Amino acid sequence: MPNNLRSKLADIRAKMAPVINLRNKGGTGNEIHILVCHGTGCTSSKSPALITKFRELVEEYHLENVRVIQTGCFGLCSKGPVVIIRPDDTFYSHVSVDDCREIIENHIIGKQPVSRLLVKDVTGLMVRRLNDLSFYKKQLRIALKNCGVIDPENIDEYIGADGYKALEKCLFELTPTQIIDQIRASGLRGRGGAGFPTGRKWAFTAAAKGDIKYVVCNADEGDPGAFMDRSILEGDPHCVLEAMTIAGYAIGATKGFIYIRAEYPIAVARLKVALKQAREYGLLGEAIFGTDFSFDIEIRLGAGAFVCGEETALLESIEGKRGQPRVKPPFPAQSGLFGKPTLINNVETYANITKIILYGYDWFNAIGTATSKGTKVFALGGNVNNIGLVEVPMGTTLREIVYDIGGGIPGGHQFKAAQTGGPSGGCIPAEHIDTPIDYESLMAIGSMMGSGGLIVMDDTKCMVDIARFYLEFTVAESCGKCTPCRIGTKRMLEILERICAGKANGDDIYKLEKLANVVKHASICGLGQSAPNPVLSTLKYFRDEYNEHVYHHHCATGTCKALTTIQIDPLLCKGCGLCKRNCPVNAIRGETRQAHHIDTSICIQCGACMAACPFHAISR
Amino acid sequence: MCQACVKAKIESTLQSIFSQYPPTDDYLIMILNDVQEHFGYIPVYAQELIARHLHVSMAHVYGVITFYSRFSLKPKGKYIISVCMGTACFVKGSKTLMDGLCQKLNIKPGQTTPDGLFSIDEVRCVGACGLAPVFMVNDEVYGKADATMVSTTIDAIRAKEKESAHAE
Repeated sequence: MPNNLRSKLADIRAKMAPVINLRNKGGTGNEIHILVCHGTGCTSSKSPALITKFRELVEEYHLENVRVIQTGCFGLCSKGPVVIIRPDDTFYSHVSVDDCREIIENHIIGKQPVSRLLVKDVTGLMVRRLNDLSFYKKQLRIALKNCGVIDPENIDEYIGADGYKALEKCLFELTPTQIIDQIRASGLRGRGGAGFPTGRKWAFTAAAKGDIKYVVCNADEGDPGAFMDRSILEGDPHCVLEAMTIAGYAIGATKGFIYIRAEYPIAVARLKVALKQAREYGLLGEAIFGTDFSFDIEIRLGAGAFVCGEETALLESIEGKRGQPRVKPPFPAQSGLFGKPTLINNVETYANITKIILYGYDWFNAIGTATSKGTKVFALGGNVNNIGLVEVPMGTTLREIVYDIGGGIPGGHQFKAAQTGGPSGGCIPAEHIDTPIDYESLMAIGSMMGSGGLIVMDDTKCMVDIARFYLEFTVAESCGKCTPCRIGTKRMLEILERICAGKANGDDIYKLEKLANVVKHASICGLGQSAPNPVLSTLKYFRDEYNEHVYHHHCATGTCKALTTIQIDPLLCKGCGLCKRNCPVNAIRGETRQAHHIDTSICIQCGACMAACPFHAISR
Repeated sequence: MCQACVKAKIESTLQSIFSQYPPTDDYLIMILNDVQEHFGYIPVYAQELIARHLHVSMAHVYGVITFYSRFSLKPKGKYIISVCMGTACFVKGSKTLMDGLCQKLNIKPGQTTPDGLFSIDEVRCVGACGLAPVFMVNDEVYGKADATMVSTTIDAIRAKEKESAHAE
């Protein structure tokens, strides 16, 4: 069977070509596909119910030319659940079960789009076609190529979209050394954050001596607010399996591990389906394609520890231990999992591999900037209109991402800062919004590429509070192995809490800065070394805010609760009681038609009363 | 349930979990994940059985359990309210959500109400950033939430529980 695998794959590709063509370019036949996003974002807004409903309706109307397909993420998560109709490329947002009948009757049967479900673009116009949305115009999808295009649980669709062609090419046309040379020449760098050249990592592991070697995929995406890797695994799991198999062939390994967060149930389920299918087809297992190369992959679940995203801590965790980082050297390439040479790459890095092999290293090398090649996927979130998953060529500026793709800041607010790299990264202020996004430029302004979380903050955010938030995270996630991180971050958090509570003195800012530099230089792993970045970058760009908190006991944004109160103006209050009814914690006292007041010991300053008051009597 | 019955139940559950993995210590976390999923926490007796099965000390098992935030040594409430404290939710006001919830239930994150009905959990990103801020009641996601929504959701659950208690 495996010996005939090449012809079998060729048959599947020929059979699937019209389907893939329909999804990518628009077909010519009368077949219609209703694509429903089945990623975590849209699933949270109840997209699985849509699939069931559409299928019922298709049956009810005997629409034999219509297929309902579940796909991975389309990217525009804030408009979810998203439904796309092919071949006419119509993009429907916020679709509910009650809308399904109208879509089938009006659009599929009547050929008239349901205009109320179309997306209003930043221009204010209703946009019908996906490719006309400004959100997609500056994007280039390489790692996400198949996300939202194929059904992730159908291996034939992946094979139809040139899947496993790169593996075939590697096994029959390239030697391991040639593969590594191509990856090296492509200029691909690790997408997990640090940006180490992938080809060099492969070469080191290939050169390491040892009869057993391992390939590991780091899918422990712990950066809160980042979901790039999850989306790739949910939308296109086979591309990671294929790339890991290629890596196994290139470095001489026969076993791979995917270490993934248990908090990603959909991605884990998709991976399990994909592994089963790949084994059934003979694309994993013994004697792949009838060659003497064997390779298999096992899934290992994490259990909620941010530090396990650090490669050596991840290895400890696969070995069933507490996820505490090892001292390097030796590097995993020499002594990694179970003491054997181990290659560890991040999900997005693997997602680029198959494309480099298929379309050529020179094609990949032509995209991006001088030192950062290819594209980067970002999880765009926070105070921005289009929240979602975006993939842009390296060198795209932050302004383009926030305004052209992200559609700007909602509610008439101003851009204040963008945060990249999560708890390890820094805040980029408005003055650097034209910085091109690549590894070096971000490092130069005190942030880092990170794994791809990109949180936009508007002018209502207090930057001291943001620094405190990240430190709170790092303190909770510090593994405790080395002192600078374990104790240093804790002391830094205490200082930040004092500042936010208005109890700090001038010396505290100096101490905070000094301590931050100690933690940065003396911690043993990447988590500790980068933990002070949110503090150092906010100190660098928003020092005035720190000073304001310390010297004037004032938080201009009203975020720091100890420094602000919400008050009812007794002269304006008519005693209507609306605020009282809207208060979620019953903090408002007063008789009807009498002026009300707020019990500040209970008040959580959520602002619900301010929004409810018709007389604008309540203010911070 | 009597103590012997509880033990027997844990034993039979663990036997079926053990049968899915090779008996080597690198599968400890996989086993603990399954136990946590099944019982909602990791009973002491289960720790004992796991240690014996994998030939590691109980201290090692305990050390691993307490390292990872997903594992719990105590049973949780019937309704686990998880507030997302990921950055995307944080900048959209999840702290206020959390404060409101704690105020409402009079417990802190990680604790369970005395009636065993509610637990509060802080979670780091549930992946629904497009709906930020979000909280979850067990597996159900509530998006674009505010303190008022949390409050009415809790009231609704309490009312439902009262009704079903009456019905019985």
